[in-house]
Amino acid sequence: MSEPYTIIIGLEVHVQLATRTKLFCRCSTKFGAPPNTQTCPICIGMPGTLPVMNREAFALGLKTAIALNCQIARFTKWDRKQYYYPDLPKGYQISQYDLPFSQDGHLEISDPKGRFKPKRIGIIRAHLEEDAGKSMHDEVSGQADSKIDLNRTGTPLLEIVSQPDMRSPAEAKAYLQELKLLLTYLGVSDCNMQEGSLRVDANINLHVDTPEGKVATPIVEVKNMNSFRAVERAMEYEAVRHWEVWQETGQRLGQVPKQTRGWDDTAMITRGQRHKEESSDYRYFPDPDLVPVVTTDEELAAVKSSLGELPAQMRTRLEAKYGIKPYDSDVLVSAGQGLVDYYVELADLVGDGKLASNWVQQDVMRTLNEQKVEPAAFAMRPKQLGELLTAIQKGEIDTSRAREVFLEMVASGKSAADVMKAQGIEKVDESELIALCQELIAANPKIVADIQGGKPQAAGNLIGQAKKKNPNINPGRFRELVVELVGKM
Amino acid sequence: MSVLRQSATELLAKLNAGEVTSVQLTQAHLDQIKQHDGQVKAFLRVDPAAALARAKEIDDRRKAKKPLGLLGGLPVAIKDLLCTEGETTTCGSKMLEHFKPPYDATVIKKLKAADAVLIGKTNLDEFAMGGSTENSAYQKTANPWDLARTPGGSSGGAAACVAAGMAPLSIGTDTGGSIRQPAALCGVTGLKPTYGRVSRFGLVAFASSLDQIGPLARTAEDAALLLEVLAGHDPLDSTSVDVPVPKYSETVKQPLKNLRIGLVREHFGEGLEPEVEKAVRDAVEVYKSLGATVKDISLPHGKYGVATYYIIAPSEASSNLARYDGVHYGHRTNEKQMVAELADERNKLVAAGKTAAAEALDNPLVRMYRRSRAEGFGPEVKRRIMLGTYALSAGYYDAYYLKALKVRRLIRQDYDVAFNEVDLIVGPVTTSPAFKLGEKVDDPLSMYLVDLYTVSANLAGIGGISIPCGMSRNLPLGLQLQAPPFEEERLLRAAHMFQQATDWHQQFPAMVPKA
Repeated sequence: MSEPYTIIIGLEVHVQLATRTKLFCRCSTKFGAPPNTQTCPICIGMPGTLPVMNREAFALGLKTAIALNCQIARFTKWDRKQYYYPDLPKGYQISQYDLPFSQDGHLEISDPKGRFKPKRIGIIRAHLEEDAGKSMHDEVSGQADSKIDLNRTGTPLLEIVSQPDMRSPAEAKAYLQELKLLLTYLGVSDCNMQEGSLRVDANINLHVDTPEGKVATPIVEVKNMNSFRAVERAMEYEAVRHWEVWQETGQRLGQVPKQTRGWDDTAMITRGQRHKEESSDYRYFPDPDLVPVVTTDEELAAVKSSLGELPAQMRTRLEAKYGIKPYDSDVLVSAGQGLVDYYVELADLVGDGKLASNWVQQDVMRTLNEQKVEPAAFAMRPKQLGELLTAIQKGEIDTSRAREVFLEMVASGKSAADVMKAQGIEKVDESELIALCQELIAANPKIVADIQGGKPQAAGNLIGQAKKKNPNINPGRFRELVVELVGKM
Repeated sequence: MSVLRQSATELLAKLNAGEVTSVQLTQAHLDQIKQHDGQVKAFLRVDPAAALARAKEIDDRRKAKKPLGLLGGLPVAIKDLLCTEGETTTCGSKMLEHFKPPYDATVIKKLKAADAVLIGKTNLDEFAMGGSTENSAYQKTANPWDLARTPGGSSGGAAACVAAGMAPLSIGTDTGGSIRQPAALCGVTGLKPTYGRVSRFGLVAFASSLDQIGPLARTAEDAALLLEVLAGHDPLDSTSVDVPVPKYSETVKQPLKNLRIGLVREHFGEGLEPEVEKAVRDAVEVYKSLGATVKDISLPHGKYGVATYYIIAPSEASSNLARYDGVHYGHRTNEKQMVAELADERNKLVAAGKTAAAEALDNPLVRMYRRSRAEGFGPEVKRRIMLGTYALSAGYYDAYYLKALKVRRLIRQDYDVAFNEVDLIVGPVTTSPAFKLGEKVDDPLSMYLVDLYTVSANLAGIGGISIPCGMSRNLPLGLQLQAPPFEEERLLRAAHMFQQATDWHQQFPAMVPKA
């Protein structure tokens, strides 16, 4: 980067944990039910009710924090964050303030495209809290009543706060992708941004190079980013905007109040959000209705052993065991555990990790996409696809014809052998291949001359002619024969 | 003797023997309410038809020899701070004038399961904040011994109705003394259990870490019977403790041997009326005569109890009462009027060229919050919300709330040390007998001091019981016993011993007929 500044980005991610019931009551957390149908006296804060912690939510939080290499507090408590808003029926949100259940972790990120070097992003803390409800305002008239849906109220959220360790929008996006992948592998959240299961707020500023050294510009919080792409774009936009503001005003960190801006994905700009001058005082204090949570060594060990292989470890293993490149392992692992399982089975069957990787990344993934099925539900099992790849390895079929066979296998559900038989595909005998090669060499002196004259690619024409005469020939082997026979002339 | 003067235990025996029916008992108490509650004003709501129907249903089951719960048809009055399904639960506040909870508090469920006849909802200081029941938004309850005086509070209605023969048993709540103090001033027995002994689910919160539900009754035996029904772990209340519930109603009759009693030096200082002190010292003599030994002890941090309490309780209250903002819960101001007022204010400011001031006006939502809360809460509740909001504010939290938590721990430690040496701590409940209605309403600080002897038990989370121990100017006086956590059994047995040796608990105000 040639600009005289460094971009500093920290992210706050709210993840909805995939529990069946809410954090402090037994209401369902299912998305999309009619408004206010998934509520009970407890989650709507009716006078006299009391919260009781959902142990499953705590367990999912614990799992995530351990996977994020966090220190786990053996003693943690719940606090009330107090503010008035119509979608917050109790007038406070149950959250964690000064003793979060986990802190001080990290997540490794890297870029398969190599735009930045692999790096470690620090995690300041991850804590649990309950979600608020949803306000629906009549934006048009400004006259009609606002409506409140409390279905979401009390849904367990894990708030993951990163260190300001990201130095580019690409790093921010990579962090989010890696985090999402990790959460998906752990099965702790569906990470659906459209349904609000994953929400991102960003803090950004610049460290500008000046004659007196690096100078920090005021930090701005950016909200309303509804996709990772939006985060990347918003950060790109903000970096430029900060630079312009700096050049115009020279404002430094601490000289102006922290600003909150909202990303407009259509206009592709951020807009300042109205806010009061004084900063809010949430008057946090320990929630007297809940008891502190104590985590024992045994519980920690049990969670650790239940984690399984995490994406980073999985990529390393695939690269080492199957000889594939980081780019390929990233594509496979990013597609999820199901696809990795499919790939591993196939690669083991055919004994060629690269061949298996190519087929899974191209043909299998495309078909899964078209059929909208998960790898586990895909009708063509690795064993069946393995038969086709083995035929390629044996030279019984070339790759382009194999792709046609693959399509027919998908369409008909028949085995590779059956499809190949029906299409009359069989391995051409070596002597037959030599005879055909000699015949064509004799009939095409000009092409032979071209090959001899240092244009080996001219052999392609002969391969084309050979395919017309016998579609079953192995083009690779045929090319080898052409070069060999022409060389002997 | 009139059933209105008999203990719940005696009445239950008569019910079981077929000498009286639940309908007759309920009717007798309803009649007493009808006759005298116009003056006492212990009840906010009574539904005679529902109570009688319930009594009849229990009588029918008894007749059919079907099994009955522990309370087998005894009338029980409920403080109007406890949620009763489908029935108005006001908490003594205008805020909740129309609040009908869709669920029963856990103790209400337990009472129903024990075949209690719920006879009515009793008056209290608004959200249990007060010591005289004068802070109720609805009515001021009078002391049945002297209608010009307070029954105490905040469970004033709960204590007065038992004293007045309107219910043999009643349920109160105690955050800083709200069961024990009115029990003392009305001459009944009132027990505040250990924090966590009784589920708070369905108790509309005042100060969550201090609130506890407990029984008020004519005798320790009756309190034991009722506590046995109320006590126990509740999966709906994380702070309720899973400790086995003894059969209090049976063990209460067993006297305690070699009882070691502690008298707190600091309890007998300035402010304690001589007659109260004499009654307490006389009570100690009674215990001595029953074989107890007495030891002089100290609770050195007790003098900070009231100050500590008035940081912690309002802090929690300020948070617990935030939900009454007129959006989901509580009284909502007249919106049309509010919006019109706001527009008027704006226009006036704009007309005067004060555009900045016009810009700074509340938005309608904020104004609705302000108005609704200003109209819905009474002055004492507002005072405590302000105290608590202040104590929890950034920059003050450490100096007030955090400091109070530390003192609270020291108060608890004082008790732990004391209970190494004694089994029970015995002392006064109040500095004086019932004061006059109106006497302290304009002096919040003196009203706060009525909790002097009782708040420490709440801060320490231990149990305490108040039992009648004398009379002064024809007004009852109370004796407080305190025991280590979860030693309600000890409290009740010691109280019963005393009541076997004295008859202070059998004194009744004139309005309770002898026959």
